[in-house]
Amino acid sequence: MATVFQGLGATAAITAAANPLDSNKFLLSSRRSFSGKKTSLVVVRSDGSLNLNTGSSAGARRLDQLVTNAVATKADAAAAASASKPGHELLLYEALREGLEEEMDRDNRVCVMGEDVGHYGGSYKVTRGLADKFGDLRVLDTPIAENAFTGMGIGAAMTGLRPIVEGMNMGFLLLAFNQISNNCGMLHYTSGGQFTIPIVIRGPGGVGRQLGAEHSQRLESYFQSIPGIQMVACSTPYNAKGLMKAAIRSENPVILFEHVLLYNLKERIPDEEYICNLEEAEMVRPGEHITILTYSRMRYHVMQAAKTLVNKGYDPEVIDIRSLKPFDLHTIGNSVKKTHRVLIVEECMRTGGIGASLTAAINENFIDYLDAPIVCLSSQDVPTPYAGTLEEFTIVQPAQIVTAVEQLCQ
Amino acid sequence: MALSHLSSTRSNRLLRPLAAAASSLCRPISTSTEPLVIETSIPFTPHKCEPPSRSVETNPQELLTFFRDMATMRRMEIAADSLYKAKLIRGFCHLYDGQEAVCVGMEASINKKDCIITAYRDHCTFLGRGGTLLEIFSELMGRQGGCSKGKGGSMHFYKKESGFYGGHGIVGAQVPLGCGLAFAQKYNKDENVTFALYGDGAANQGQLFEALNISALWDLPIILVCENNHYGMGTAEWRAAKSPSYYKRGDYVPGLKVDGMDVLAVKQACKFAKEHVLKNGPIILEMDTYRYHGHSMSDPGSTYRTRDEISGVRQERDPIERVRKLVLGHDLATEKELKDIEKEIRKEVDEAIAKAKVSPMPEPSELFTNVYVKGFGTEVFHS
Repeated sequence: MATVFQGLGATAAITAAANPLDSNKFLLSSRRSFSGKKTSLVVVRSDGSLNLNTGSSAGARRLDQLVTNAVATKADAAAAASASKPGHELLLYEALREGLEEEMDRDNRVCVMGEDVGHYGGSYKVTRGLADKFGDLRVLDTPIAENAFTGMGIGAAMTGLRPIVEGMNMGFLLLAFNQISNNCGMLHYTSGGQFTIPIVIRGPGGVGRQLGAEHSQRLESYFQSIPGIQMVACSTPYNAKGLMKAAIRSENPVILFEHVLLYNLKERIPDEEYICNLEEAEMVRPGEHITILTYSRMRYHVMQAAKTLVNKGYDPEVIDIRSLKPFDLHTIGNSVKKTHRVLIVEECMRTGGIGASLTAAINENFIDYLDAPIVCLSSQDVPTPYAGTLEEFTIVQPAQIVTAVEQLCQ
Repeated sequence: MALSHLSSTRSNRLLRPLAAAASSLCRPISTSTEPLVIETSIPFTPHKCEPPSRSVETNPQELLTFFRDMATMRRMEIAADSLYKAKLIRGFCHLYDGQEAVCVGMEASINKKDCIITAYRDHCTFLGRGGTLLEIFSELMGRQGGCSKGKGGSMHFYKKESGFYGGHGIVGAQVPLGCGLAFAQKYNKDENVTFALYGDGAANQGQLFEALNISALWDLPIILVCENNHYGMGTAEWRAAKSPSYYKRGDYVPGLKVDGMDVLAVKQACKFAKEHVLKNGPIILEMDTYRYHGHSMSDPGSTYRTRDEISGVRQERDPIERVRKLVLGHDLATEKELKDIEKEIRKEVDEAIAKAKVSPMPEPSELFTNVYVKGFGTEVFHS
């Protein structure tokens, strides 16, 4: 399991027993390729298996439906041989950049727009060097006008360009809420399918280190009701690059949530090209006693708590849900059917957060498999205070997770 | 209104053979493309640019097309009024009658690769971009044959293949989208332009100034067109705007004020604007126009303005009447022929309505289509 990330400046080495890389067998299958494109791309399932549900054929069919055109596949014997390559180490923000650069090389309709993404190199260095390589029109420095440049990105997407709009902090995108909700989310529907909006809206959010209330927001809870958008949250360099590439290739508008405190995570990722499935959750640590669902930074708090729990004799199954909209109820459901207990650990506030929706979704679909009510640990319903000690109380800490598991597993 | 006989005699020489023919028994409607030069009603008022000439080149065929197109739009909007009162159209219905000259004049100066984006008063703009009456009435009545499959409604007409990008309900939100269209045109090195239309009410939106700054900064080929019908729903422009000179609002961006009830002036201005932006970056056009109906069908339109004002504009500045006088004055058609055209249009509109009335509603399954591309994500799991 991963060690907990310590601070913005530090780099954390991740030694992962359940690292997706190690336990993966590269998936070789001739799946229907929706886009009709031939690629030598490899689909990597996070737990390495083809059929998550070995039972009914309905499950297998469901699995088929989860494949998107962003995950075009082709059986490739070379992929098996390349599994032994060691890969290369990099930080999460570098992984994002790598994914972005690869997609910009691959398709010259891909462009980036945002504040300070060009000459400055990006406030979190995600776009560093790209303006020099691709020019000012493909890496566009915008004035501070979120409403206008988000709308501009959407308008450009309507014509067929594939823009990536960066919010310097996700919280600033509140100014563009109208554009995101009405135009980004709904234009495909209200135009009767005439326009697709293949835009990616990304940026860092979440509670940082004493950044203050306005810069510590969790926009995923506000955006989750918008019909027509997809939301994903990355948490490791591996899935950051994979999700970035998948989001860019998707024909749907995708909001990619990054976290301010995770940019300097270090991990070894494969050299060969890969993308991650946008709608799929990631099995971080298989287990038997309880299902812990989490995403983004809370994954690391959960894994730290898991260390303590394992020492105490528990066997938690940890799933990073990754896909915030839609939920991967397939993976989650199979886990619930196995463990019968669910703990959700999120950074959203109690009211109206991702956890609240996930609790409802699991209750509706899997009530018969639950031995205990779902427990959801969320941040407090308060503006994030500046003082460090208070800020710590706002979000869920590993000790609370341990206590919750112990109570649930009684 | 200046008839051409007040200006050069050149055009008179052209007309003489026609005039001679008029005295014969049966003269067909002129489909001649012989150039005609007509002066606009009033000169253009410029802001930081040289205005185009008041003399507009046109021809009989074009004038008659203007007449036909505008009369179709007028008839269509009046019919929509009746349909709304008959509760066949529900929700919001914003009618464009009175403003027809703006979209018809604009179409005359551009092609289908140029983009137009507007707000919710979009029925006529859609028609001008190549939409059909049947598509329009079907969409208004929520039928599956509508241009947005019945799922958009009055405020959401789009026609991608003709460069019509809607159709937007939130005031002002379409202008940043228009910047995006222009950005894409610049990105693709298209040599085409985007017309982003908005009203005098929307002119006070912050996002407009954001979009203006961005367009000017990056030399985007965008023409911002303020359709100034002097009322933002129930609020007159003098009560909403400190400066009613919308064409000057761009400050560093040049502007032009145009008589929006004169289709030839609109055509000239749009032609001028297109040439301008391809070389110099954005320009603002203010179209001085007027809507006869209220803001929408829920607004009687008479609580904030007098009936005298409305009928005054109708008598003096109506765009269709202006073209009718031009056509009759230049002997391009007879009174009866124009009336016949109008009858024909009425029939066309009635037929489209009848067909739309009996067309099917969308299937229930349509509720879930087009939320995402290829349906991914709407329902990942069925228990």
